[in-house]
Amino acid sequence: MPVGRGPLGHVVTGLEMTAALRFRDLTLGYDRHPAVHHLDGAVERGALVAVCGPNGAGKSTLFKGVVGLLAPLSGAIELNACRVHDIAYLPQIAEIDRSFPINVYDMVAMGLWRRAGLFGGIGRGQRAQIHDAIAAVGLRGFEQRPISTLSGGQMQRVLFARLLLQDASVILLDEPFNAIDVKTTADLLDIVRRWHGEQRTVMAALHDLDLIRANFPEALLLAREPVARGRTADVLTPENLLKARRMCEAFDRDAAECVQAA
Amino acid sequence: MLYDRLISPFIEFEFMRRALVGTFALALGAGPIGVFLMLRRMSLVGDAMAHAILPGAAIGFLLSGLSLFAMTAGGLVAGFVIALAAGLIARTTELKEDASLAAFFLISLAIGVIIVSVKGTNIDLLHFLFGTVLALDDQTLVLIAANASITLVALALIYRPLVLECVDPGYLRSVSRAGGPAHIAFLALVVINLVGGFHALGTLLAVGIMMLPAVIARFWARDITAMIAIATASGIVSGWAGLLLSYHAGLPSGPAIILVAGLLYAVSLLFGRVGGLVRRAFPGRHLEA
Repeated sequence: MPVGRGPLGHVVTGLEMTAALRFRDLTLGYDRHPAVHHLDGAVERGALVAVCGPNGAGKSTLFKGVVGLLAPLSGAIELNACRVHDIAYLPQIAEIDRSFPINVYDMVAMGLWRRAGLFGGIGRGQRAQIHDAIAAVGLRGFEQRPISTLSGGQMQRVLFARLLLQDASVILLDEPFNAIDVKTTADLLDIVRRWHGEQRTVMAALHDLDLIRANFPEALLLAREPVARGRTADVLTPENLLKARRMCEAFDRDAAECVQAA
Repeated sequence: MLYDRLISPFIEFEFMRRALVGTFALALGAGPIGVFLMLRRMSLVGDAMAHAILPGAAIGFLLSGLSLFAMTAGGLVAGFVIALAAGLIARTTELKEDASLAAFFLISLAIGVIIVSVKGTNIDLLHFLFGTVLALDDQTLVLIAANASITLVALALIYRPLVLECVDPGYLRSVSRAGGPAHIAFLALVVINLVGGFHALGTLLAVGIMMLPAVIARFWARDITAMIAIATASGIVSGWAGLLLSYHAGLPSGPAIILVAGLLYAVSLLFGRVGGLVRRAFPGRHLEA
């Protein structure tokens, strides 16, 4: 039984306590063309799920749907007892103005928004939290550096520090390790593992299959249609990967209306 | 001697004191607004909106002569209408916001000049275009000071979402709905500051005391707080030095104020600590780490 309905067709339920997210015959897309087609299933609370698939498979689209940036074409996303604003989301291409005159400390401090809000002060305890988060991503000593002077990897560390402070129960990472070196990836993966240990639900869109096999217990293989989901070893089989690769990337301009939806 | 040149004009003449207070108040409000316009890449939007308020003020003038209230009200209405219309057109058509603003402000300028010319003289038209900073009466001073106060209080209230919307709009959307209202409040502040500046500096120069201090500040600071402080300070210095220049050299005072700001800009462009030309040409030897 839905107990409330969020914006964009999110249904917030209070009953099924184990699932953090549930997709019900979910179709997301652009201009009526589906990019995620008829996705069903749940993401358990505390799960660590890799979302993989070729470019254009709908990974980013799925995340945008979950955080409410994109309304479903049909079906629904159910958030179990959490609001859209309680989901921490790291987009693939953040629209960050890197030339803006703001330093690392202030940038990370924005992670406290949910508690500090528009006018709330940032007290001594929270200042300590900010310093801890900056230290946890290995950026101690960078507090006063303007973000315009950071490298790509350092910027990603800053964004992870901000995610740490957001203290969200559901965390979505869209290709967080693109163009990031091995050392930084390892450091940031430590943080992902820490979130997993704290029973937070983490979904990450990734391409590196070895990295997924080594670090992610569960996987969802998308190729617009869901190809496979479950334990990583069962999902990332050669047959499934081949199936995913065969999916056509281009929209069919003259696609007929989906029969399954009717 | 120095006293005679720098201080005594203000002690001797009341109109100089009024002009000084007026420009200080303008600089206080316009400094931070200009910095945000620049950081949001909206520098030309300020320019466009300054011109856009002209027909509104002109209609006020047409209906009730040189009445402060009618001209202010007309200017405010016109400013808001243009700001909203440009945003609306940008969202509903292929035209980008800057292009639709450019179209709007040229049309507005033409309409405004025609309306003023129909009823008034060329002197009136000059007042509209370049302001009358040496003839600020009590009412106008109160209006400008009230604008500056409202601006500073409102900016303090929307500061956090405004900064975050510039740096990382996607993140702001994911944690809060304050981005849209903050943006609209900010546009409203731009309009009221331009209307205040319009009385002193006219529709063509009002935006000068907003944008020039902001770009000056960009050459000296890497931090937004320092930028705002430097912008406000250079607005104040320009007002004071510009009034003196106009007094001693017999120049029109509004343009003299903007000219001094322009000189400060040229100096900053050359010698600025952050990306100034001299600094770029002679950066010094590289450091060890």
